[in-house]
Amino acid sequence: MGAPPEVVSPGTVLGGRPAGLETLHLADDDTDARARLVVVGNGMAGARLVEEVLERDGGEQVRITVFGDEPHGNYNRIMLSPVLAGESHEDDIVLNSHDWYADNGVTLRAGVRVERIDTAAKQVHGDDGSITPYDHLVLATGSYSFVPPMAGVHREDGGLLPGVFGFRTIDETRAMLEAAGRCRKAVVLGGGLLGLEAARALQGHGLRVDLVHAMPWLMNVQLDAEAGAILKRSVEALGITVHCDVLATEVLGSGHVEGVVLKDGRRLDCDLLVVAAGVRPSTDLAVRSGLEVERGIVVDDQLRTDDPDVYAIGECAQHRGQVYGLVAPAWEHATVLADVLTGTDPDAAYHGSRTATKLKVAGVDVATMGITAPERDEDEFLVISEPRRGVHLSVVIRDDRLVGATLLGDTRKVAYLTQAFDRGSPLPEERIRLLVDLSDGKAEVGVADMPGDSQVCNCNGVTKQTLCDTVKDGCTSVGAVMDRTRAGKGCGSCKSLVQQIVEWAADGDVTEDESASWYVPGVPLAKPELMAAIRERDLRSVSAVFAALAPGGKEDAKSKMGLTSLLRMMWGDDFADERDGRFINDRVHANIQRDGTFSVVPQIKGGVTTPAQLRRIADVAEKYEVPMVKITGGQRIDLLGVRKEDLPAVWDDLGMPSGYAYGKSFRTVKTCVGSDFCRFGLGDSTALGVALETRFQGIESPAKLKLGVVGCPRNCAEAYVKDVGVVAVGNGRWEVYVGGAAGASVRKGDLLATVGSLEEVLTVVGRFIQYYRENANWLERTYDFVPRVGLQRLQHVLLEDGEGIVADLDAGIQRSIDAYTDPWGQDGGRPATPGQFRPSLPLVDLPKVPVR
Amino acid sequence: MTLTELAGVRSHVVGRVEDVPPGEGRAFVAGGVQVAVFRLRDGSLHATQAACPHAGGPLADGQTDVDVLVCPLHLYAYRWSDGASTSGAAPIRTYPVRDVDGDLVVEIPASVG
Ligand code: SRM
Ligand SMILES: Cc1cc2nc3c(=O)[nH]c(=O)nc-3n(C[C@H](O)[C@H](O)[C@H](O)COP(=O)(O)OP(=O)(O)OC[C@H]3O[C@@H](n4cnc5c(N)ncnc54)[C@H](O)[C@@H]3O)c2cc1C
Ligand code: SF4
Ligand code: FES
Repeated sequence: MGAPPEVVSPGTVLGGRPAGLETLHLADDDTDARARLVVVGNGMAGARLVEEVLERDGGEQVRITVFGDEPHGNYNRIMLSPVLAGESHEDDIVLNSHDWYADNGVTLRAGVRVERIDTAAKQVHGDDGSITPYDHLVLATGSYSFVPPMAGVHREDGGLLPGVFGFRTIDETRAMLEAAGRCRKAVVLGGGLLGLEAARALQGHGLRVDLVHAMPWLMNVQLDAEAGAILKRSVEALGITVHCDVLATEVLGSGHVEGVVLKDGRRLDCDLLVVAAGVRPSTDLAVRSGLEVERGIVVDDQLRTDDPDVYAIGECAQHRGQVYGLVAPAWEHATVLADVLTGTDPDAAYHGSRTATKLKVAGVDVATMGITAPERDEDEFLVISEPRRGVHLSVVIRDDRLVGATLLGDTRKVAYLTQAFDRGSPLPEERIRLLVDLSDGKAEVGVADMPGDSQVCNCNGVTKQTLCDTVKDGCTSVGAVMDRTRAGKGCGSCKSLVQQIVEWAADGDVTEDESASWYVPGVPLAKPELMAAIRERDLRSVSAVFAALAPGGKEDAKSKMGLTSLLRMMWGDDFADERDGRFINDRVHANIQRDGTFSVVPQIKGGVTTPAQLRRIADVAEKYEVPMVKITGGQRIDLLGVRKEDLPAVWDDLGMPSGYAYGKSFRTVKTCVGSDFCRFGLGDSTALGVALETRFQGIESPAKLKLGVVGCPRNCAEAYVKDVGVVAVGNGRWEVYVGGAAGASVRKGDLLATVGSLEEVLTVVGRFIQYYRENANWLERTYDFVPRVGLQRLQHVLLEDGEGIVADLDAGIQRSIDAYTDPWGQDGGRPATPGQFRPSLPLVDLPKVPVR
Repeated sequence: MTLTELAGVRSHVVGRVEDVPPGEGRAFVAGGVQVAVFRLRDGSLHATQAACPHAGGPLADGQTDVDVLVCPLHLYAYRWSDGASTSGAAPIRTYPVRDVDGDLVVEIPASVG
């Protein structure tokens, strides 16, 4: 065995084209009379400028070349935080792909760094040796991560010590993600926005995280000391250790980072170090080329540098002494400069940006504007602090005007305050009304009451009025409005507000975004149409569905499980089973665990077991060295950590049917002891629970179905919060609740019916389950389905037979009940496919020990 | 089981084509290296490292289509063409695999393992 493999991952180009990195446009010859616009920096400012110029029909007047030293298309840098956290796919953050540049006649020189500008000859020199002439040059070089001076942080060649990362680019984010899989302990330097986001993301990947911040409190630029202290508590509650007011002075490790030493002498061990201690404008190119540079590249109100043909925008620019570190000002620069360059408004001018920011940092909402603390004796200062809830709100008022506000943990008043701040509008006499609504319990001001000119999307400067106008113009889906106005396309924190406004403006007439209604992502049909097409064409297998209904007949891995469930529900025994259409759990009838072993949960109907069953379970646990035996929240027993190859033997020895704890299917019925034993019992809940589980065992459904039956409204088995809950109310009567939940959402079920016998309960529940199976979206739990359809509709259809389908529903569920077979009994004896239970992480043969 | 050794690459017969059901994957050990071999519905064969680089998930238990392999644990997807992840995770290693008279032959570079 040789050295570990050299990982030769060429690095996929984000938003790239297989053909290569360059997008060359042919019009680049001397006969082209158009002026040459060259943009250096393909980041959020540079690419937005190109868009704005094209939108003003600039393609007629200018031919555009963009240099970007990242090889990628243009992507949303803000979204690197969710990518690092594993919440977004990197493919989803592409703003403009390589193809987009080609389609718009823009030459993209991706992967080429501009080294020098010859302002006299009006040419830029690329690091690939190329020389490109310009008429107008725009610098949009952004910022780079600042690495504070620390012994040992750099390698001899000037690069960072392996294991040390900045947090600015997709390549750094990928590298951190890759490292997060191997590393156990991370230190993050910097307690600002980026540091907090990085810490939260890494913590979410299971690393232990220490955050070191040189300043006395977190986010010291945006927050005052008290708010910073509250934020610290919220961050620590996530499990991140925070060290404030201390510098890191040394990085340990020779070949790879091993830890950091703090100024007070403490040592923090780590195998991953993120440096997020601020950014600095990338100005070296401008300096080298002789342009005026202070903190950033100095520009006037038309974003022009001291050379009349050279402009600077975004984070590298310094305007009236200000350098910005947010995307909104960068995009404002792009708009003004596009007006100037295309002559749309030659007098357009930029006057600086509001410093109001609204962010979500490490899961905590933060909004700030103006100053954070009183500065003069007569300044009014109002603070509401609720450290326990992680809420801290403050406002500073001067001469009856709002001059500053800080909202942490609760940003509901941000729209109102921003407006007061922007316009200096009059403030309420009772100052406290600035921060809380005293009138009644309903704290949230409805979107209807928001003034039209209040800003909804800060990143893109979109007001409520603009959104409403767009709806009026005929955009009726949330996605279409977002595409048109760009609202919600920056940091995304306003998306839910945008949705509310669109819904309000469309007056209930919102069209769903097309793909949102598809049953599975790979087949562009909603469930009813999909079912109709399947029936009409008699499609009985997953591959037949793809072949007939997917674009290009192409199969899609992430759609297979949903289609398998649907086809099984529709065809019962006549379904042509393809094992690769099933998720692994359904292939081996057990739930996969984090280490590739499986859990085995035998059926224990209604939670009622026997000494003999318990003895068998105990024997099996010992025989197969089951690492953990656990009583589940569903009133049964889980054998966790069973080896895949042992599954058939375990089932055989148990001699009990599957409890279906792994499937999108009917799972359990929890019961209480009921009338047989409990002194309050009004009905035999245990017997009813067992009857329900016997009848509906193993039936596949769009999502899990968990039931509960209780013998009285004391609700000991939590029936009110189950997908279907049955409650005895005396005199042989039972209430049937549907759509309850106490998982990720908590919802009390809706009372569907009150019936007078066990048989009626079974009938009503069967009808509901079948209606749910036929009409719910894939993975839509009843707690979403019931409110979506509405209780009245359910009662109309299921109880009054308002659509004349009750007989079909009853027959449909009966067909599935009749088709039930216990999968453990079935596959146990004879594997369904070759190697069905072979280990998927085979142990590598170790060198043999000599045998004597 | 070594067949040939050519330019630092070893070919290993790990099993028969019919050991891998259509659309599914099975894991094998090829010269001391864990590999997952997949037979797609279009008939093509692919081989990858057996453990997911994200958190060690058993890739042979994943689901497939003609473009990607989806890990069963957290549903990260990896492209067959180059092993790259579509979600920003580290790429997986892929190995050449062939059908030689019904034998599955996987090529492992000598530097691996
Ligand atoms: C074993 C058990 C925890 C325990 O030790 O008690 C458990 C374990 C898991 N639950 Fe659960 N849930 C268990 C009872 C519950 C309950 C309580 C109940 O069933 O009465 C709930 C709340 C009710 C509900 O379903 O809403 C519950 C709500 C969830 C959720 C949130 C579902 C939701 O939409 O709100 C998930 C995640 C999901 O489904 O996506 C989940 C997912 C999981 C998974 C399957 C995660 C996974 O995909 O691997 C865990 C599997 C462990 C394993 O392999 O066995 N589990 N889980 C319980 C098994 C009950 C059983 O006997 O079948
Ligand atoms: C993780 C993260 C989270 C963030 N969150 C938020 C947020 O929630 N809200 C917010 O408003 N802002 C946020 N920001 C800041 C926001 O991303 C920046 O304000 C924005 O990207 C600035 O745009 P820009 O074009 O000036 O710089 P950049 O987007 O950095 O683009 C500059 C580009 O120029 C290239 N370049 C530099 N020099 C050269 C050269 N010589 N030749 C060729 N190319 C060159 C660089 O490679 C880079 O691609 C966040 C930033 C990060 C990193
Ligand atoms: S609550 Fe459920 S899903 Fe979460 S860790 Fe526990 S068992 Fe797993
Ligand atoms: S282990 Fe493969 S996606 Fe997490």
